[in-house]
Amino acid sequence: VSETRLLLANIDEPDLHTIGVYERLGGYGDRLRKALTEMAPDEVLHELEVSGLRGRGGAGFAMGKKAAFIPKGGMDKYLCCNADESEPGAFKDRLLMQKNPHLLIEGCIVGAYAAAANKGFIFIRGEYEHQANILEAALAEAYDKGYLGERILGSDFSFDLVLHRGQGAYICGEEMALLDALEGKRGNPRLKPPFPANQGLYQGPTLINNVETLCNAPLIAEKGGEWFASMGEGDSTGTKIVSISGNVRRPGNYEVELGISCRELIYGLAGGPPEGRELKCFFPGGSSAPVLTRDHLDLPYTFEAMAEAGSMLGSGSIIVVDDSVPLVRLALRLAEFYRHESCGKCVPCREGTNWTVKMLERIDDGEATPMDLEIMAQVQANIIGNCLCVLGDSMAMPVGSMIEHFREEFEQHIEQARVRRGLEEAQAFGAGELAAAAEAGAA
Amino acid sequence: MTEDSAPTPDERMQAAGDEGALRAARIPPGWDEAVRLEEDPATIPDPATVEVPDDLRAEIEAHMAKYPDRHSAVLPALAAAQRRHGWCSPEAIVQVAAVMQVTPAYLSSVATFYDMLRTRPVGSRYVYVCTGVACHTVNAKAVYDALVEEAGEQGLEDVELREFECLGACDMAPMASVDGRYVGPLETSDAQELVAAMKQGRQVLPGRSLEDPGYRLPWEGPA
Repeated sequence: VSETRLLLANIDEPDLHTIGVYERLGGYGDRLRKALTEMAPDEVLHELEVSGLRGRGGAGFAMGKKAAFIPKGGMDKYLCCNADESEPGAFKDRLLMQKNPHLLIEGCIVGAYAAAANKGFIFIRGEYEHQANILEAALAEAYDKGYLGERILGSDFSFDLVLHRGQGAYICGEEMALLDALEGKRGNPRLKPPFPANQGLYQGPTLINNVETLCNAPLIAEKGGEWFASMGEGDSTGTKIVSISGNVRRPGNYEVELGISCRELIYGLAGGPPEGRELKCFFPGGSSAPVLTRDHLDLPYTFEAMAEAGSMLGSGSIIVVDDSVPLVRLALRLAEFYRHESCGKCVPCREGTNWTVKMLERIDDGEATPMDLEIMAQVQANIIGNCLCVLGDSMAMPVGSMIEHFREEFEQHIEQARVRRGLEEAQAFGAGELAAAAEAGAA
Repeated sequence: MTEDSAPTPDERMQAAGDEGALRAARIPPGWDEAVRLEEDPATIPDPATVEVPDDLRAEIEAHMAKYPDRHSAVLPALAAAQRRHGWCSPEAIVQVAAVMQVTPAYLSSVATFYDMLRTRPVGSRYVYVCTGVACHTVNAKAVYDALVEEAGEQGLEDVELREFECLGACDMAPMASVDGRYVGPLETSDAQELVAAMKQGRQVLPGRSLEDPGYRLPWEGPA
């Protein structure tokens, strides 16, 4: 099993984050000049549409289509790069920004050119301080060399790019919440429609794309959409950086052509679970994706196949869970995460995540009965589709899938915890009785 | 605090003896405490009467100039004030409000939303231990517990040590961010050295951070 490296092609090159090295390896320069001067914005847009490049941030919406929704006209339009990578299990954007920041900047320029935006923002999560510092230095270099600013490379296209640091909130990775955070508010999602393509940042048309999505744009503008579409499988075109973590021997980022099997990714590239352990389940697309089991290992890793199996490819982050991890505790940790990160705007999410945590704690404390599993599944069903954004769904779906696939383990955990709790209470009671009897005897 | 000063709301609650109030009283003073109803609500501070350090003012104004709408600078401005004051103290908030010409209430509504903005004086440096789902599978909680125990034993002060949601470094799991420096993978046995280094102001775990040149994961792969 081998990787197909496009975005990560030069990732091990020393000092790739400096503009000199990046240019030497083919970045900016003629490639960007060709896009901005020899191609009209519509032609770049056309190549992006032909490429079939689907958003790499989670939703998997076709980038070209999204950019084509941006209305024409002279109003202020914006490009937002979503670099708020906070999905548990995802760490590919961190690698790209730390090692290859100029590819992202070039991607922003090409994306903005296609959408005719002349102001752009990279919204990076506040925890990525090191990566933000690298990006800031790279931005200064790009301005110095005339790749950003007025009339880039002698074209008619002007573009300003600003780095905006978040301050720690998972919800800001949701596009509407990201816009609110960028406008200096609490990161609460907004009602859709209007969609950001029509009314986004500062009420202007806004194109929002993930880091990895934008990094593909310069390559597609250079080599053409057909070239990109020739890789991958079906509607899942091109390569994808897959972050593999959890109970595997070689966690890391692997860039592969979409369509490779999950087994090859987990066992071939990442080495599978440690010695003597077995895979119990895996999240194929970050913690928001419903878990899949051993039975799904031979599915091709594509948007379609993952959706058909009842899960999703999401941001392309595989978390492997082996048989040493009790699933109730994992579900609890997952639910706690979403409870903490829920912005509180919609009741089903705010209350649903909270009650799910409480019910899972009851199970672990030995206070639950198997009936509680029904109630919990019901709570999950009542969250899904009933909120402004999908944060609540992102807890409900994986927790629901764990109960569905591993009901027996949940029931066993309930029973064992009840027995343990009962024994503890009996012992405590017994000890008290004995102590009282001893005291009475002494008196 | 001197003997003759008036009791603070916390002390009043403590005196009342109610269990809920006692719990509330343990929260250090900050924006979470009860509103003083006898006072008028805070309005946009008069820039002429609020003293703002020159460098902080310059930094906030530079941030405001970057955006089409000055409100967008709220997050970077609060972060800048926090770096100077150690937390988003009432004083820090009023200074930002005076420069940005917004109400302190608006700023505190924003500050309470974000995990990295401190609305209580819990320490001007931080150790965020990732206990996200991926780190959970490799027992990150044990690392966190070891750090808490060690911090208590060595008397580590002015450091916010907390569990943090996924920090985006699952390849280094279990890991922590020490003032933005990502270190990992951590073992419980690293706690002693990590706390000692923080206490002495040394670099934490040299060679084991994502920032260090040539950093490699234990299986020799790149991060």
